[in-house]
Amino acid sequence: MIGERMTRREDLRLLRGKGQFVDDIDLPGVAHMAVVRSTQPHARILGIQCDEARSLPGVLGVFTASELEPMNRVWPVHLAHPALRTNDMRALAVDKVRYVGEPVAVVVAESRYLAEDACELVEVEYEPLPSSGDLRISLEMDTKIHANLEDNIAAHVVQRAGDVEKALGDSPHVIRETLRITRGGGHSMEGRAVAAKYDVSLGNYIVWDANQTPHQVRSLIAHCYGLPEDKIRVIAPPDVGGGFGPKAAKYPEDVIVPWLAMLLGRPVKFIEDRYEHFVSCAQEHLQEHNVEVGFTDDGLLLALKDHFYHDIGAYASSLIVPLIAGTTVPGPYRIPNLHIEFTSVFTNKVPSGSVRGSGRPQGIYVMERIMDMVAEELELDPAEVRRRNLIPADEFPYSVGLTFRDGSPLTYDSGNYPALFQKGLDAIDYAKHRNVQEELRKKGVLRGIGLSIGLEGVGIGPFEGATVRVESSGRAVVILGAPPQGQGFETTYAQVCSEFLGMDPEDIDVVTGDTATIPYGIGTFASRVVANAGPALAKAAAEVRTKLLETASSLLEASVDDLEVVRGDVRVKGMQAGVSIARVAQVANAGAPGVSLPKGAVAGLSATEYFAPERAGYSSSVQICVVEVDPETGEVEIIDWVVGHDCGRVINPLLVEGQVYGGIAHGLSNALYEESIYSEDGVPLTTSYLNYPIPSARELPGVRLYDQETLSPLNPLGVKGAGEAGTLGVPAVIIGAVEDALRPFGVKIRSCPLSPGMISDLIYEAKSQKGETM
Amino acid sequence: MEPVPVKIVCNGTAYQLQVEPRTLLADLLRSDLGSKGTHIGCEHGVCGACTVLVDGEPMRSCLMLAVQADGRTIQTVESLELPDGSLNELQESFHEHHGLQCGYCTSGILMSLTALFNEDKAPSESRIRDYIQGHICRCTGYQQMIEACVELSGLRSKELS
Repeated sequence: MIGERMTRREDLRLLRGKGQFVDDIDLPGVAHMAVVRSTQPHARILGIQCDEARSLPGVLGVFTASELEPMNRVWPVHLAHPALRTNDMRALAVDKVRYVGEPVAVVVAESRYLAEDACELVEVEYEPLPSSGDLRISLEMDTKIHANLEDNIAAHVVQRAGDVEKALGDSPHVIRETLRITRGGGHSMEGRAVAAKYDVSLGNYIVWDANQTPHQVRSLIAHCYGLPEDKIRVIAPPDVGGGFGPKAAKYPEDVIVPWLAMLLGRPVKFIEDRYEHFVSCAQEHLQEHNVEVGFTDDGLLLALKDHFYHDIGAYASSLIVPLIAGTTVPGPYRIPNLHIEFTSVFTNKVPSGSVRGSGRPQGIYVMERIMDMVAEELELDPAEVRRRNLIPADEFPYSVGLTFRDGSPLTYDSGNYPALFQKGLDAIDYAKHRNVQEELRKKGVLRGIGLSIGLEGVGIGPFEGATVRVESSGRAVVILGAPPQGQGFETTYAQVCSEFLGMDPEDIDVVTGDTATIPYGIGTFASRVVANAGPALAKAAAEVRTKLLETASSLLEASVDDLEVVRGDVRVKGMQAGVSIARVAQVANAGAPGVSLPKGAVAGLSATEYFAPERAGYSSSVQICVVEVDPETGEVEIIDWVVGHDCGRVINPLLVEGQVYGGIAHGLSNALYEESIYSEDGVPLTTSYLNYPIPSARELPGVRLYDQETLSPLNPLGVKGAGEAGTLGVPAVIIGAVEDALRPFGVKIRSCPLSPGMISDLIYEAKSQKGETM
Repeated sequence: MEPVPVKIVCNGTAYQLQVEPRTLLADLLRSDLGSKGTHIGCEHGVCGACTVLVDGEPMRSCLMLAVQADGRTIQTVESLELPDGSLNELQESFHEHHGLQCGYCTSGILMSLTALFNEDKAPSESRIRDYIQGHICRCTGYQQMIEACVELSGLRSKELS
């Protein structure tokens, strides 16, 4: 079953429009919440007038921080780090707002239309404060975004391996450059969504949340309400319309909606609209990497120093993105001396958070641009420079000398980077493309070839759990804490369970993301679920198989070794004699009241297991892309593109390919299309798809995939992770390819994303410098 | 504003409703007309998730007022399955090729493609890409849904010849 290209069972409801997204859940009597959001990037709140809004017919209530004071507590930090400085975040702003979009008040009404009408009637009086829409402004600004801090720095972290200063001093060649890269938001097609109801008789809250981490949302609600966690049930429905990282964060609405359901005695829901997604949902913002790299005459890297500045937005609850970005920089290359340093800076922008890749695309972009610069400096082929620096296949586990975001040493578990790279060069016929490029250049055609090789820390802990039960119906149930957002968990985890339980996948149901069904879980992010939940599920399924066979053995009076699971039955091998799984389960799960179980039968065909990997594994990917640039319009046409990836053992190739294709599209969007633009004082200027383009099927070229399977030694399944693989290397490969295409002009590209306008400006400037007329 | 009467045929059922003039067709579909498979992605006419067929033409139901649909016939994703409840050939092809992931944008894409395949039995890949260029899918990168459509088109073109 593992390794089979199974089509998805989820499709059958989704293709019929019968999915159950949060907004589709039927909650009789539901009231609708809308949010009054700050229109100011940074301001004191002098007063909020709600009377007019409250008097609007159909309005059930208007609530500011003072009305919600009992639950408007300071939030615990999402992921503590010694370097992360205190910045208090709450559900509703108290006294001060720090970004456009920050919730100031909420309205609940009989319809969303009425709730939005009432939001318009809430008058907030602001005293604007100096504000920053750029990390450089924050660094120079006297005004402190968080008054408890002496400046606008959120964190400063340095990691070192070897002696970079000495190595740079000794290097025959040193390059210094500044590379900027901005990444926008998640833009799941379903925005954030929360619905809740309160059960008065039990004092329990039931919360449906289109979130990647329901157990973490439960903890936050419990904290804010001062309640034990078992009073709160958070369900991430089986159908969540994409996640991509921002839905792994926690948001004010997650805690406000259930509280209002309790206060009003009615179900309440909040559905984020697209404008709100732009101004209130996490984005990755800017990183500015200042690199110094030392290398030999042969292009072998000796030292790399990178100090990067990172725009963390108005609040910071973790350092996940910069920690990952910095530790992704060294990538698949041997670099004996490393200095990775970052300064995260508060700005008056929506808080930053992880978006598919979570800092990795930035890290890969930096390293691959360095590879291109080394090649150019030494007049070597960029593929050859990479080849010379790659970690050989026999050097695993490979210790980089830094610490990864999971707190464990940055040690690569397994891989074969030279082979994966060579396969890509062969697949695209790199040598031929170089020849064609040379011929075309003579004719003035701007063709370029980009290369990128990237690693991805995946499968990070701490753990996931899985329960397997064989029910008295004869069907098995798998329960996972982590929820899917389109990845197809119902299909893939039925495959994993089938492999170890022996029952057919069609007879196995998969339940996900409901805190009432499994007590502990972490969530779906960082390409981590299969390496955590997979081994937990495998172990639980094997245990239940043993219980199933032992009970059947007692019923059949045959040795366990002689039994096998065949479809819905347990049979004696090679014979017709057998018993149905349903019958075995009825004996083990229910038995006969007051009567002893048959000798050898096991009570309860159920097992729960947790798996905690000791550290992250590392998937790898190679991207090679050929582009042509139109010198007049600056448009980039993709001529050919191959992407190879190695994510350890593959459970379902069809679905992994889907993940990679989707990731590539996200990466291309980051490289050439989407960009969140803010004014210098922090006003978001791109708040609709009219000026924030995301590519369609017209812009996406056909991409050819290839793969390689290097098993991970860190878990018994040998799995790694594939959710982000496609995205990571795209900014690097596209920017590299465009720069290569523009090489006749000597154009240097040091920022990402690129637009056609920027490209034609670069060409124009280069021509002007050469004194050519346009 | 006072509600006004609206007559709409949706997925074969005739409705007579009183509708507030500002109500978007998408919201009416999702509430009174029971088509929760029509999803709202951007509410400004770019993402295409809410696309339905109005008198056979693909329309963005977030850019159309319910009152504008008065007297018209609407088809939503719920109308696509065959009378026996099985998937139609477009849906089946999406299933086989893994043409959808989270499924949120899928309803609208299926409706645009339904209009295309109604108009052109065996469209080219380029035509398929053009027809769905008004849709954003953040999950799939479009490749597998294009493969699904190209295969369907190929099968139909064999039938035609």
